[in-house]
Amino acid sequence: MLHGGTAASARPLTISGEGMADDIILSAKGLGRDFKGFTAVGEVDLNVRRGSIHALIGPNGAGKTTCFNLLTKFLQPSRGQIVYNGRNITTMKPADVARLGLVRSFQISAVFGHLSVLENVRIALQRRRGDNFDFWRSEKVVRSLDPDAKALIDAVGLTPYLGTVAVELSYGRKRALEIATTLALEPEMLLLDEPMAGMGHEDVERTSALIRRVSANRTVLMVEHNLSVVASLSDTITVLARGNVLAEGTYESVSKDARVIDAYIGAGHA
Amino acid sequence: MANASAVVESPVAPVLPDANSAGRLHRRVIIGLALVLIVAPFVVYPVFLMKILCFALFACAFNLLLGYGGLLSFGHAAYFGMASYICAYTAKVWGWPPEVAILAGTLVAALLGLVFGALAIRRQGIYFAMITLALAQMVFFFSVQAKFTGGEDGIQAVPRGRLLGVLNLGDDRALYYFVAVVFMAGLLLIYRVIHSPFGQVLKAIRDNEPRAISLGFRANQYKLLVFVLSTTLAGLAGATKAIVFQLASLTDVNWTMSGEVVLMTLVGGLGTVFGPILGAIVIVSMENYLASLGAWVTVIQGIVFVVCVLLFREGIVGLFSRWLKQPL
Repeated sequence: MLHGGTAASARPLTISGEGMADDIILSAKGLGRDFKGFTAVGEVDLNVRRGSIHALIGPNGAGKTTCFNLLTKFLQPSRGQIVYNGRNITTMKPADVARLGLVRSFQISAVFGHLSVLENVRIALQRRRGDNFDFWRSEKVVRSLDPDAKALIDAVGLTPYLGTVAVELSYGRKRALEIATTLALEPEMLLLDEPMAGMGHEDVERTSALIRRVSANRTVLMVEHNLSVVASLSDTITVLARGNVLAEGTYESVSKDARVIDAYIGAGHA
Repeated sequence: MANASAVVESPVAPVLPDANSAGRLHRRVIIGLALVLIVAPFVVYPVFLMKILCFALFACAFNLLLGYGGLLSFGHAAYFGMASYICAYTAKVWGWPPEVAILAGTLVAALLGLVFGALAIRRQGIYFAMITLALAQMVFFFSVQAKFTGGEDGIQAVPRGRLLGVLNLGDDRALYYFVAVVFMAGLLLIYRVIHSPFGQVLKAIRDNEPRAISLGFRANQYKLLVFVLSTTLAGLAGATKAIVFQLASLTDVNWTMSGEVVLMTLVGGLGTVFGPILGAIVIVSMENYLASLGAWVTVIQGIVFVVCVLLFREGIVGLFSRWLKQPL
């Protein structure tokens, strides 16, 4: 009992308002990547607050996707370090980062084409079983995951397509399936790579609502081109240009920044 | 707006038949196959049947890797042939009983697969294929040079022995039923692997590896496991073949053997459970019945292959599968 007491006082709980607000879930310091002499990302400092929706924007070639791939470990950084939940993940493998609850999406819709909608989501749920090396067991053992998979599929409105092979789905539905698959991992933090890319007007609204809903108890970092989406969804915006951070803040402050208007919005209106 | 979205929602998408009906169909096919295997030696020459069964198991093992793991190995002869040598040597020189010799050959193929697989899976696509080919060529030259393989002569007059010290495998029909049991066991294992939790992840990695990684699956470990499973079963086929023909030779480690198994799998139906069996029947039958044509057999095989790829890329069984709208 005494021991427990000292331990608690030595490590104060961070439930106070101040502590929560400054709680950084993912941070990058001096993150950079060169490709054979070409610097795609120079030195990026990024801090994502827990529970926020953070957008990464910038004109074409600003290094958004490279930066994104560095954070998810699909690319190894040339310099700098990445800390997630107080843990240095700079040299970790992408699958292991995913196991820590930092899960990414892809710009082109990433589904398992020859598997059904149900199987797509169930694959993600199979992560609960740990490693699935049991090749001698019947797949009946994974059918116990079906109710949970169906609930996730229902949440994104794909119930009529349970048995459909993923390649046969429309683009918007593939993206919905991808979100359901990602959510099946119950990630603590989501990294979305242009979630609205290639979507029609209605799909954008539906997906915006979906992102808002899933961000309720988790952190979202997204790369996005659609500025109205960014404006309405994000708490913080980081503007990248030529591989470096140009500005950071709320949409109001960022959109008034002269350098941002010059590099990004200005270029768009030119 | 509401109307527009309602119109989009209405078309009924093609639906995969549920797993149960596909499972029932597969069970029927497997039972039918078992019945055919029981009756077949009364109709067809047993040694010819055994040759088909060995190659069918080899092709099924190859198909597990390519059709379900998406990995094109162009050096599967190495595992087939090396297992054949080990089995022949241990049975003949050390006098091991046939079942132990076959197990020894299979085990060596598994170990070889583990080492070669660990090297090859570091690269993807054509580079993976080239590494497996290069390693298989090394096995070929080792087989030419090493003393125990008998070089150009191979290992001849391998005793068939007595199974478990009881059943005399010198009798063709007895040996046939033993080989048929080995084949069915191999096929059932492959079927189980495909339809296991592991098989599900495997198919996901085949379809989209980066996505599978982003879900937290360590893709390379899955690829290595399926590679070893495939080489083990290829080894089982090769070792069994050594007992059947009482011979292990350079033919079985040659790169042309690696090509032949690709041919069987593609003609029969890549990524189908039963396709490689049919592919093996077609190719082995052609070699057998057209043997009088000499080198022209390979030309005819080539034509069959080209026609197959041009007309029905999914192979013969793949074509049936499309008609039945059921995976086979």
